[in-house]
Amino acid sequence: MTRRTVAELSRSLDRGEFSSLELTRDYLARIRAHNDLYNAYITVTEELALAQAAAADARRARGENGPLTGIPLAHKDIFCMQDVLTTCGSKMLANFVAPYNATVVERFNAAGAVTLGKTNMDEFAMGSSNETSFFGAVRNPWDPARVPGGSSGGSAAAVAADLCAMATGTDTGGSIRQPAAFCGITGFKPSYGRISRWGMIAFASSLDQAGPICKSAEDAALMMNVMAGPDSRDSTCVDTPAPDYMATLNDSLQGLRIGVPKQHLAKGLGAEVEAALQAALKVFESLGATVKEVDLPNNHLSVSAYYVIAPAEASANLSRFDGVRYGYRCANPTNLEDMYKRTRSEGFGNEVKRRIMVGTYALSAGYYDAYYIKAQQIRRLIKQDFDKAFQDVDVIIGPTTPHTAFKVGEKNDDPVTMYLEDIYTIGVNLAGLPGISIPAGSAVASNGRPLPIGIQLVGNNFAEARVLNIAHQFQQHTDWHLQQPEV
Amino acid sequence: MSWETVIGLEVHVQLDTRSKLFSGSSTTFGAPPNTQAGVYDLAMPGTLPVLNEEALRMAVKFGLAVDAEIGRRSVFDRKNYFYPDLPKGYQVSQLQFPTVGKGSLQITLDDGTQKVIGITRAHIEEDAGKSLHEDFQGFSGIDLNRAGTALLEIVSEPELRSAREAVAYLKKLHSIIRYLGISDGNMAQGSMRCDANVSVRKLGATQFGTRTEIKNINSFRFVEKAILHEAQRQIDLIEDGGRVIQETRLYDADRDETRSMRSKEVANDYRYFPEPDLLPVVIDEAYIKAVRAELPELPDAKRARFVSQYALSEYDAGVLASSRAMADYFEDVARLCGDAKLSANWVTGDLQALLNKSDLEIEQSPVSAQRLGALIGRIKDQTISSKIAKTVFEAMLGNQQSVDDIIESQGLKQVTDSGAIEKLVDEVIAANPDQVAQYRAGKDKVFAFFIGQAMKASRGKANPEQLNALLLSKLKG
Repeated sequence: MTRRTVAELSRSLDRGEFSSLELTRDYLARIRAHNDLYNAYITVTEELALAQAAAADARRARGENGPLTGIPLAHKDIFCMQDVLTTCGSKMLANFVAPYNATVVERFNAAGAVTLGKTNMDEFAMGSSNETSFFGAVRNPWDPARVPGGSSGGSAAAVAADLCAMATGTDTGGSIRQPAAFCGITGFKPSYGRISRWGMIAFASSLDQAGPICKSAEDAALMMNVMAGPDSRDSTCVDTPAPDYMATLNDSLQGLRIGVPKQHLAKGLGAEVEAALQAALKVFESLGATVKEVDLPNNHLSVSAYYVIAPAEASANLSRFDGVRYGYRCANPTNLEDMYKRTRSEGFGNEVKRRIMVGTYALSAGYYDAYYIKAQQIRRLIKQDFDKAFQDVDVIIGPTTPHTAFKVGEKNDDPVTMYLEDIYTIGVNLAGLPGISIPAGSAVASNGRPLPIGIQLVGNNFAEARVLNIAHQFQQHTDWHLQQPEV
Repeated sequence: MSWETVIGLEVHVQLDTRSKLFSGSSTTFGAPPNTQAGVYDLAMPGTLPVLNEEALRMAVKFGLAVDAEIGRRSVFDRKNYFYPDLPKGYQVSQLQFPTVGKGSLQITLDDGTQKVIGITRAHIEEDAGKSLHEDFQGFSGIDLNRAGTALLEIVSEPELRSAREAVAYLKKLHSIIRYLGISDGNMAQGSMRCDANVSVRKLGATQFGTRTEIKNINSFRFVEKAILHEAQRQIDLIEDGGRVIQETRLYDADRDETRSMRSKEVANDYRYFPEPDLLPVVIDEAYIKAVRAELPELPDAKRARFVSQYALSEYDAGVLASSRAMADYFEDVARLCGDAKLSANWVTGDLQALLNKSDLEIEQSPVSAQRLGALIGRIKDQTISSKIAKTVFEAMLGNQQSVDDIIESQGLKQVTDSGAIEKLVDEVIAANPDQVAQYRAGKDKVFAFFIGQAMKASRGKANPEQLNALLLSKLKG
């Protein structure tokens, strides 16, 4: 009964083919059977899920349901969920039970979705492989020797292995799109400000954005209809109402102007990924689109600027984890300074500590102008490049990642090599634009296993509906998104 | 050798908003510890700030009251440091683009002249919580009720030249914020806190000396004493061949001395950067206009009006205009009795003395403006003399009887019946033949003796002018 899109499950629930309770039990059984291997969940909220499923069935019987009522969902463990363990993948919060709900959690609850649990992630969302989690690495369902990507690796693996129908993620530099590409699923990062950040544990506040991780663009639209919209608790959330993202999914692509950044086709891009991209562009052309080259001359600076701005903001965002009020506190502190030092040394993992140090350094007196201010200037240039490109095209399409999923442990020795894997996604966060990764091909690993390839579609500011429309039309004419790993 | 003290003040004013600067938590003073701290105030993960619009409005109000430039685009920044009562590990403040820019206010010096003191800036920021170091057996207790309360930090130029000037500046600030209704300015409760930057230099020098910062002085009197002490300490140090080091010092009111807290040379690097959770605040002309329209008449304008409208002295007008409640009280009294000069004398004299004695604010006066106005009205219409009025005033403290009832029931009405006064005068003259002889022999001073005797005989109620005239004519015989 599982292994279907949210849209299909929703129709089946409507037709009474099965109840939400049955569907939920089926997912819980799959989690019990497979989570040991993939390590996608940190917490499974079985009791809550069964109660929500029963409530959803009752609601459906009353005819008061929406499309997501009764659909089983997983939340990235970065979203605060009242009375539920919310760890952010860190020892620091390994005992933290949130006293309130994130807006995203609240909205899925109100829509009647069923929460199966909280998914694994890179510690405080800092990582591209899901190997920095205090709760252990997540395995890629296409090849358990490989990483699922990060930081929303648990959510991506759970969707790919069908351990949930849909999941939430967050994306600061590619943390939704890159794992979606590695796991052969659909992951959407909306424009900065489209979804409330209230209750989403902050990594880099000016870049963090929540979004859907699911099996199709249509599912992403269904999820966006719940997630997007103004929230008075988040001052950076835009106050214009969100449109109905389902309404425009079937708009024609006739006359669509696609831009392909010439910088994305330069050295560093894997041949199989490039081939998949070219094939995808042919599909779009067959649907009436035209393709031209666009210039993003400052994109090569995006990783450097990002690794100043994001750590700088993180260094302050993570100061609250001090052992005073909640979370981890070192044993037997001798005085205040000892408590701070040991709590933070013992409570944070290496990647988090590295970024706190980098960020602290970048903000220090004497270095602020050279690093933080400079990085902000680059950020503006990158945004201007996109603005200019969007004068000529409607959407920018390129690879999501240079390569397919790498092996667990393969890139652990050199953080900079790992950072450079995010070269195509980071600029989109710096510019605040909506970007979706959709499956568009497959490569063959040395062990013969297929590995998915993702392409990224980037729209202009707040053009979420258009991006979802373009992705949906591609999926109407291809079946890459329907391919499933052997679980 | 002559020395000059150079002082700049940083004053933190707690803005009187109902909820905190960035959260909906209540700001009521004195609640049990940690009962007024919501998820944002506790720095729970995932929480975000939302600016309290009322705090912004109050800051702009203050800016307009001191003729300051209003920042058209103010930006909040994070000031990073670790302390247990700072839950987020950073304080949200304004560094480069404060809401209030350069302004000024006028103070009255001891010799009565006016001096303009520059205000460098005033920025909005959040308060920290409180650390309680007693009663926890080797631990510290943290109370976050105050954490996140809205503050306005008002920074003066180093243009104050004595402890007296500093106090005058502080009192003027206090008066303005109370007029504006943006804070109660209660220094004892910490809703107004003062840090003083103090340096000394030889008279005529153009360079500033090395300054020290005295933290958290909590009364006007202590501000004066702390500055006096610190300036003298610096002078003694330099005259003994020493050198002032830049540091933060704490004023100990019990010992009347300042002592070193920490050296600025190893000061924190606060690593300020723009707060990404808040958008820059854009203030347009229409907003400023609307806030300006809400401004009350301010102390300087009121003082000038009291001088011109009521012909009061600069001094009396200044005293009356120093607080809005005092000024309103005075104007009520004056309107009721129709004599502003007499009203001013009573309010700044007997009433003020009474309030001082009982340590009351004018708002808590046991005598309402209505009753004082009625009392003065009875002086004016000669029902009672000024002297008897003091007796009535005393009686008014003990009960809520009307002024007329008190005068009536205690028989304090002035005697104006010339027949009765004449009788009195005749009796006094008859009873004191020796003094009459002295007077008639040219000893004018004895006249006061007769007035005294006659007043005493009338129990103070004889109309003094009539008594005077009658005595004079009878004695001259």
